[in-house]
Amino acid sequence: MMKAGIKKAALVLLTGIFALSLIACGGGSSSSSTASAGGTEADSGAEAISTVGPDNAVAKLEMWTFVELHSQFYASMLEKWNAENPDKTIQITFTTYPYGDMHQKMILANQSGTGAPDLCDIEISQFPNFMQGQVQFRPLNDVIAPYKADLVPARMDIYSKDGNYYGAPTHVGATVMFYNTEIFDEYGIDYTTIKTWDDFTKAGEALRDASNGEVMITSVDTAGSDWLWLAMASMGEDYTSADGKPQVQQPSVAKMIKMQQGWLDDGIAMVSPGGHVDMEEGFANLGDGKIAAFPKAMWFMSRFLNYLPEMAGKWAIAPCPVFEEGQPRSVGIGGTGTVVSTQSDHADLAAEYIAYAKLSYEANLEIWEVLGFDTCNTSIWTDEAVTGDTSNKYIAYFATNPFDTLNEIKDEIGKIRVDTIFPAINELFNLTLLNNCFENGAGVDEELEYAQSDLELEM
Amino acid sequence: MKKLLYSQKAAPFVFVLPFILSFAIFWIYPLISTVIMSFQNILPGQVEWIGTRNYERLLKDRVFHQAIKNSFNYMFWTLVMLIPFPMMFAALMDSRLVKAKGVFKGILYLPALTSVVVAGTIFRLMFSELEGSQMNQVLAWFGMEPVKWLKVYTTSYFALVTVACWRWTGVNMLYFLAGLKNIPDELYEAAEIDGASSFGKFRHITFPLLKPTSIYVLTISIYAGLAMFLESFMLWNGNDSPQNIGLTIVGYLYRRGIQRNQMGYASAVGLVLLAIALTINVIQLFMNGSFSRKEDK
Repeated sequence: MMKAGIKKAALVLLTGIFALSLIACGGGSSSSSTASAGGTEADSGAEAISTVGPDNAVAKLEMWTFVELHSQFYASMLEKWNAENPDKTIQITFTTYPYGDMHQKMILANQSGTGAPDLCDIEISQFPNFMQGQVQFRPLNDVIAPYKADLVPARMDIYSKDGNYYGAPTHVGATVMFYNTEIFDEYGIDYTTIKTWDDFTKAGEALRDASNGEVMITSVDTAGSDWLWLAMASMGEDYTSADGKPQVQQPSVAKMIKMQQGWLDDGIAMVSPGGHVDMEEGFANLGDGKIAAFPKAMWFMSRFLNYLPEMAGKWAIAPCPVFEEGQPRSVGIGGTGTVVSTQSDHADLAAEYIAYAKLSYEANLEIWEVLGFDTCNTSIWTDEAVTGDTSNKYIAYFATNPFDTLNEIKDEIGKIRVDTIFPAINELFNLTLLNNCFENGAGVDEELEYAQSDLELEM
Repeated sequence: MKKLLYSQKAAPFVFVLPFILSFAIFWIYPLISTVIMSFQNILPGQVEWIGTRNYERLLKDRVFHQAIKNSFNYMFWTLVMLIPFPMMFAALMDSRLVKAKGVFKGILYLPALTSVVVAGTIFRLMFSELEGSQMNQVLAWFGMEPVKWLKVYTTSYFALVTVACWRWTGVNMLYFLAGLKNIPDELYEAAEIDGASSFGKFRHITFPLLKPTSIYVLTISIYAGLAMFLESFMLWNGNDSPQNIGLTIVGYLYRRGIQRNQMGYASAVGLVLLAIALTINVIQLFMNGSFSRKEDK
């Protein structure tokens, strides 16, 4: 009798242990590139480590990034810093991790209070995750102050909490329209006359008829919200309220999705292979000439140079269409804020360096020349030595000068809030809602209503 | 002191100490802190007690319900595929019908030795939605249209279960082979003398005597099915799949705790998984008679 009891107990215990061990073993870590943000410059790449700076430097720092090109940029700025500041020399070990891995490592380092690097790049759609609780980053207000006058204020605000700036911004991310001029010329359609979405739709119909349905005017995204941001900015709406609550049932959002469903039904647009344009499948789609136009932030220029060098001279940049003429024609999408960890032994020096490396005029010049981003320091945009430099690889690649469009829309670049609720909204739209609407033809208003009730649970 | 060292009473405790310590540090302590964390809202430098709010939220969380549904679906199909077939293969391997048994066993076991990360990547490419992907080419031979394999629920689970079968058939077959070795040959000889057919022998000797092995395989398969994460993570190249069709319970735990910085909520998810897995298995073992006194002799 007794024995049976013990065995029973032992069996239950064993079962329990087994269950636990399986749960514990579940979390394997491996490289991943998560479909990021409302479209961002996230790039996946192999892990790479490099150390730059003198061995006898005053401070030795660690820095994590998720794009190797960014590490190279910081390294070249570091050399300038060390040359200008012989009393404050720095050595930095740069590590590039895949996008998802890096942010998850950083979250764990903050949660456990140990293991964070001195400096870290954080992508904007991940940023709210780090702004919860006591922020584990050093406020950058003091080091930003000297540069502040030249910078676009909206880009500083997105990395702030309670009046403190925690991230040094990289670019504005102004969204523009990319047009494949070769296709438009071939079918005799003038893209420069497209001002509104109605014009765009008509051009799409003309293109469909002229090409027997071979060429679509664009592809709509199931895993990215760029189109929705554009719609919201043009109508002055936002799916997060000023006090951080979700309010996704916006007329602009519904209008945009319904319009795109119409395009799919009429055969003038396709669903982006892979979910959005910034994917290997997306680049292939552009390269094959399957779509003629799409909106994307300026940072996408570097993708053309990297993935589609053979198409040089074929792509033009122009302001985005709007629902009604006169509405703002752009929105800032994507971004990376560089933070300084409070765990750092040299937090002050690290902060001083990063402000110099990202916000000074030299830094912004380098950001444009190396990374091809629309800089936060707008004095670059009007510097004719820069904008007229046809030897620049970005200016040389495109059929139109990127700065012409940038200066045209300069005062129309809207901003969408990236608040605590943002990762949840982003996930809901990019995984479920847009898929339901475009792949399964679900009703837009009902989907938005569902989404709103799910998001209210998150609060 | 010397007395204590040489004490016969103390010796057993000394010998089990390493196990007890690792058990306490790596299992008991995390379990207790998970239970505690599941009643908290945890942020860096800011931990607060929120009672059962995490659990109340789980009840209303549609994505979590989807994850449970997905995990159950996967578990069900792995049970259907990974118990009868490996058992049949084991019986075949044990019979005189198969030549070069070592080679077959080796081939079937090989996938278990490969990395899921590598295999998942290969399977992802095979099941790609592009026209040129392997599976779509196979469909093309039969004159069928390409399929968006990993965007549709049924085909996604076909892919997931294919990966599971590819990987675990050999392992489960080995368990059954070990079980078969324990069945005395005399039983088969006696049955043959009585004129039993091959199927009769399988039905009345092999199958009942394999029961302990089957229960073991069933138990671990239930856990493994419910706790699946890596296969889906690799097939969709991350934790995010369209409409969350590939999201499992552990995937959701990972998303909440590590991707979204909500350790408290993730702890609650983990405990719910523990409760589900424990309940199913206790019921299953109970129904199979593992707790009955008859087996106690």
